[in-house]
Amino acid sequence: MKIRINWAALRQVKWYEYLTRFLLGGLISVAAGLIAKAFGPSVGGLFLAFPAIFPASATLLDKHEREKKQRAGLPGTIRGRLAVGLDARGAAMGSLALAAFAGVIWKMLPHASSPAVLGAAFVLWIVLAIAIWRVRKLHVYLSRRPRRCRPR
Amino acid sequence: MDWILRFLVGGTIVSLFALVADVLKPKGFAGLFGAAPSVALATLSLTLASEGKLYAAMEARSMIAGAAALFLYALGCLYLIGMKHFKAAPTTLALLSIWVVGALGLWAAFLR
Repeated sequence: MKIRINWAALRQVKWYEYLTRFLLGGLISVAAGLIAKAFGPSVGGLFLAFPAIFPASATLLDKHEREKKQRAGLPGTIRGRLAVGLDARGAAMGSLALAAFAGVIWKMLPHASSPAVLGAAFVLWIVLAIAIWRVRKLHVYLSRRPRRCRPR
Repeated sequence: MDWILRFLVGGTIVSLFALVADVLKPKGFAGLFGAAPSVALATLSLTLASEGKLYAAMEARSMIAGAAALFLYALGCLYLIGMKHFKAAPTTLALLSIWVVGALGLWAAFLR
């Protein structure tokens, strides 16, 4: 399946939905800093991988998919939840790449320039996340392909 | 002032990643951005400036446990919402407890 950009999706998002994400993102960044100040970097670091906006994004995705189906006169409840399931599957794959991102920063930061390490870790996250997604797609494709019967 | 800056930088980077996820198709691919290092990039860049490299490296080490807990959280959402069709909003919120228990459990077991 090809990766596409659908600019029209931006029109579906309301201004208060953008605001909610901004507030949640800002709040979790401040909270991670406060927790690190109170309990040390070892505990504060956990919250760098907190699913801050996943609940808000999943709820919006569910609502948008449901509304799309309802506009076409179809019940959209299941469609919305399946879309959230796909989103969660993507997040699970992305979280594996996120662990690699954190590992690179942990090991390399004390020995190299900070912007270079953050940049390299981010590139690794993108490459690894896409690779995991592609491997899963390939696995699904191969497992669904009908097996050829060989003549004896 | 530092906290206001942290709030603004965190909010902006998280919003940008969410925007990218909005426009990407298919949805399974866009979901990767649900685990983007948005909070980490915002927080670590500011922490590096204020606390130094070793402090930030220590945070990154714990972040591995946080990412493992995020994996469990996402699998929980996939199972309960995508397969069992539970309601999205209450389920994603309730499962945050899985993340907290998972992250703190891994921290207590390996990082304490």
